[in-house]
This record gives sequence, structure tokens and C-alpha cells, in this order.
Amino acid sequence: MAKKVALLQGNEACAQGALYAGCKFFGGYPITPSTEVAEVLSVELPKVGGKFIQMEDEIGAMASVIGASLTGSKVLTATSGPGVSLKQELIGYACIAEVPCVIINVMRGGPSTGMPTGPGQSDVQQAKWGTHGDHAAIALVPASCQEIFSETVRAFNLAEKYRMPVQVLFDEIVGHSRERIEFPEPGELEVIDRQTPTVAPEQYKPYDTSFGDVPPLAAFGSGYRFHVTGLNKAQDGFPTTKASLVDDEQRRQLRKVDAAQAEIEKNEEYLTDDAEVVIFAYGSTSRSARYAVNELRKEGIKAGLFRPITLWPFPEKRVAELAKKAKAIVVPEMNLGQMVLEVERVAKGDCKIGFLGRVDGEPINPGQIIAKVKEVK
Amino acid sequence: MAFDYDKYLRPGKLPHIWCPGCGHGIAMKGLIRAIDACGLEKNNTAIVSGIGCASRLPGYVDFNTLHTAHGRAAAFATGVKMAKPEMNVIVVGGDGDGTAIGGNHFIHACRRNIDMTYVIFNNSIYGMTGGQFSPCTPTGAKASTTVYGNPDPTFDISKLAIGAGATFVARTTAFHATQIDKLIAEGIKHKGMAVIEVLDDCPTTYGRRNKFRSVVDMMKRLKDIAVPVAAASKMTAEQLEGKVLTGVLYKEEKPEYTQQYAKVIAKAQGA
Repeated sequence: MAKKVALLQGNEACAQGALYAGCKFFGGYPITPSTEVAEVLSVELPKVGGKFIQMEDEIGAMASVIGASLTGSKVLTATSGPGVSLKQELIGYACIAEVPCVIINVMRGGPSTGMPTGPGQSDVQQAKWGTHGDHAAIALVPASCQEIFSETVRAFNLAEKYRMPVQVLFDEIVGHSRERIEFPEPGELEVIDRQTPTVAPEQYKPYDTSFGDVPPLAAFGSGYRFHVTGLNKAQDGFPTTKASLVDDEQRRQLRKVDAAQAEIEKNEEYLTDDAEVVIFAYGSTSRSARYAVNELRKEGIKAGLFRPITLWPFPEKRVAELAKKAKAIVVPEMNLGQMVLEVERVAKGDCKIGFLGRVDGEPINPGQIIAKVKEVK
Repeated sequence: MAFDYDKYLRPGKLPHIWCPGCGHGIAMKGLIRAIDACGLEKNNTAIVSGIGCASRLPGYVDFNTLHTAHGRAAAFATGVKMAKPEMNVIVVGGDGDGTAIGGNHFIHACRRNIDMTYVIFNNSIYGMTGGQFSPCTPTGAKASTTVYGNPDPTFDISKLAIGAGATFVARTTAFHATQIDKLIAEGIKHKGMAVIEVLDDCPTTYGRRNKFRSVVDMMKRLKDIAVPVAAASKMTAEQLEGKVLTGVLYKEEKPEYTQQYAKVIAKAQGA
């Protein structure tokens, strides 16, 4: 049987991906250019018995999804830069309390109100460092409508599996582009649910490491009564200031992602085997970069594309390998130098690094990338 | 027979953090008696709080407990209630938490008339951080950040709740201990947003700065300023100067939010 196909905007594909993943709760606040995610889910969630709520502000939206997640629901919120800035407080809460949730950031320029209808990629470091304190971060950067669908599903899987907030960042260009997408059949894409406790309620501890670095999470109302707090806590969930317990918990929360990097990491490479110049590009910029690679190859310049789909944790090992093999890595991004810092850090001077930044609300075009590659190599 | 509080307290979690003379313990006991009187099941009840002295309460009681971020309790609680409407949701917190940093979440929870019981412990000060003035500190009073006297006007929390759309609003004080559980119980039974304001005191950071010589003096003040609603109707404006009304201040039956959303679901599903 032929697959169901549709012409969908990236934001609509995101909402459809969330439904495929089993999302049952959306809490949000209107903001350009992400609002279509909320609009579609306001229509579709009640059809499947899910809940949609438009909250009084971005912080309230983030609070509502954490509260809903603690009852066992898969939850989503969607916003853009200014909204993510506001949500940082409670993204940190979801990190320390280890509450699964997915946050969509349809990136526009900034800082502050910036250019609400223009694209940007200037929230990519914020996705890692935006909330205060040490914490693990997972962020995905799809580059097409089809990929927004599948990466939204994967974001839910990672959030549920690792018990933490996962951010999906796509720039306004991908969010508002319309492309043909094929809907995967049910069961075609993996859908993961969080691990729930198997011990008796009186033995349950919400941060019990005897089950590994990602302890099972009970739902409120399921008979397992437990305490959740944003304070540093011991394995039983209650606050502690005991140095060794605080240290153990803080390190575990980073370790759970570090140890799983191979599984979380996802990259696409195009003609990198013999590439003398590797273009490191993500999101819509990677599509210009791919075009640039083809053009450069026609001119006899051995260019290749490295496209991270998981941006955080950063693909350190592979970028380091490429830096050893290639003469140069060129990083085009719609900001004034963010992921290039990671590339430089990991390359450790093994190759030349070229940077191409654009923040005027226009996309980076292949011609700019071609010129930069020629300049750097 | 004496009331068995231990049935609802988590073993090993006391002593609490509250100072001697603080009214929060009285309010917590009232809340526990109210929960008992309403027969709420522990497994089916969530207690949600923000940040501050009062917000430490959930750690002590044996329910599904959620100690959130400063001011955000009502918004977290909204998520819990929306996702699982069959749960009883109770919010506790202080005046600064609920009406300053959390003011927006508070008024919108009232506006939605979502079925939760919000018990607000109003000691008119930020106690945990050492006694800075809150939106409920009386004008002219001394706080660590108003040593020349507080220039700010104050919020009347109950009026704020009524104005914002809460359908059950009551007020009492830590002196009127037996009224606390009765009003909270009535709030729990009410279908919709119930706000119960409990006026209490912070002897440590407010009393000492404002010439209260003892906790007893502060309790006496609570006793003196409280006027039951029924009695107030027979008093003149002059007699009511400096007094606060206690009892059920407002009650109205209106559509409740999760029930309204259930209609949205039915409509979306073509019912």
C-alpha cells in the first residue's frame, strides 16, 4: 500500500511527529515563527484524548508541561528565541528533577525581539548553556520537513529514555518551508516510553541508581508517592546539602548522557571520504552547503559536508577525525560564531578553520559558502 | 481522641524548617485536618508549591508532592490537573511567591476556574531570604529593604482572587486555627478554583523589625483585626478601619476548566 503523503510545513510536520510519538499534552504560548505547532496540536490532541493548553506566558507553558509529564504523559512545548530565554528557568528544573519533556525552538534572530519573521541559528549555544548550573543537554537540528517529523519522534524517545528535556531546533526557513513528506506507518519508527518502577511503592526512590544512571520514573497518581524538587536532592528525592550526595547526583546527571553519546549522536556525511575541505553545517544552512559541495566538486575542489543532526552532545570524536584528515573545515551558520567555537575546540589546531556568519535575516547561499571555501583552502 | 497527624506526615522528615512562633505549622495542621475531613486519598492527591518557607510544606506530607520553582506552583499544578483531572490538586505557598513572582500564574489559574485549592500563607514578608518587603507588607512597615518604612501599597489577596475569577475565596488567620481546616475543606469540596488566604506571622523577620515584643503580641493582632463576614455587615466603615474580613468571602458556581476541556475533547471526537 502506498504511504500517506502530504505537503506540509516544517512546523506542521513537527506537530505530526509529536502525535506519532504519542504526545498527549501540549502547553504553549503564541510566538512567531513557531505558532503553527500549537495550532495544529490544538486541533489534533483532543481527537486522541490529549490535552492542549495555551498558558498565560512562556514560563507557565514550561511549568505546565513538566507538571503534566509527572502524571505520566508525553509532553511538548514549542517556542522561539525570546520564549526559550524565558523557559530557561524551568528547563533547568526539568534537568535537575529529571522530567522528560520536548521543547521545540523555531529559531529566529536575536537578541531580544530581534527579527521575528526572519531565520536565525543563534540559539545553538543557548540550547547547551542557557540555563544556569551544570547539566546535560540534548539538542537535535533537523534540516527538512521529513526530518523534522522523524527527529521530533526521536526527541520524544530520547527525553523518555534519558529522563530529561530534549530540544529540537530548526530555523525559521525549515519551519516555514513546505515540502512533501511521507508519513511513516505505525511501528515503522521506534517509539520509546519511559521506564516505570517495578519495585513495590514503599521501596520506590525516584533517583534510585541501583537501576542505572537513568532511574525509573513513577507517575503521580499511580500509587507511588514521591517528592520532586528543584533543590539538590538525594536518591530518595528529598533535598540534601550533604556534599557527597550532591556531587554524586550532579555527576550522574552528566554521565547519563556522556555514556550514551554513541547512541544519541547522529550525523550525515556527504563526500567526506576524500574531502580536503569539510563544510560543517546544520539546519537549512546544510542544504546550501550540500549544493556548494557539488559545485566545488565540479571545479575539482574536493569538498565534503559534515551535517550534525544531533548538535548536543557535540560530535567531538568524528569532528576531531575530520580535522586530522582535512586541510580545512568551514563553518557557515546564521549567527556570529557559535558552533565554530566547538569545531575549533575539538580540532585543536589540526586544520585550518574558516567561519562564515550571517545575521541579516537572509539565508546563507551556496555562493557565499563556495567563496569562503576557496578563500580558506 | 486526639487527631492523628502522623498518618499524613512523612516519617523522618520533621523537624520542619519553620522558626519558633511561625504560623505556618498551624496552617499545615489545618490543611491536614481538612484533607482528612474530605477523605482525600493520598495516592490521588498532589500537593504543589513554589519557593519560600511555606513552600517547604510538601516535603513533610505523604502525598504526590511537587516543590517547584519560585512563583510557578499554580502553573505546574495546572499541568498536573489538566493531564490527570481525577487527581485532587492542592497548592500551598506564601504571599511573595504567589502574588509577586507568581502573580501572573495565580490570576490566570483563578480566571480559568480550574479545580484546585490554593492555600496561601500570608505572613506579609519574604521570610526565607531574611525579611524583604512583599506585595503584602503593610505600607509604612519595616523590612530589610524598607528600613525607612515601606513606600509600597499592598495587595489584598482575596480581592485579587475574586477579581481574577476564583469561584471560592475565603480568609482566616493562624489565630483562628479551627476555622482554617473548615475553610480549606470547603475549598476542596468546591468544584473550581478555591483560594484560602491564611494570615499568619513571621516573628523572626517581621515581628522584630516592627515592634512586636512577642509572638503572643502578633497572635493578639491577628485576633483583633479579624472580623467575620456576618459581623462586618452590621459594622460601620469607621468600625471596620484596619480590620480584615474572615470566613467565606465569595462563592459562585461556574463551569470548571477541566470539565470545559472535556467538552472540547467530545467535540473534537465528533460527539
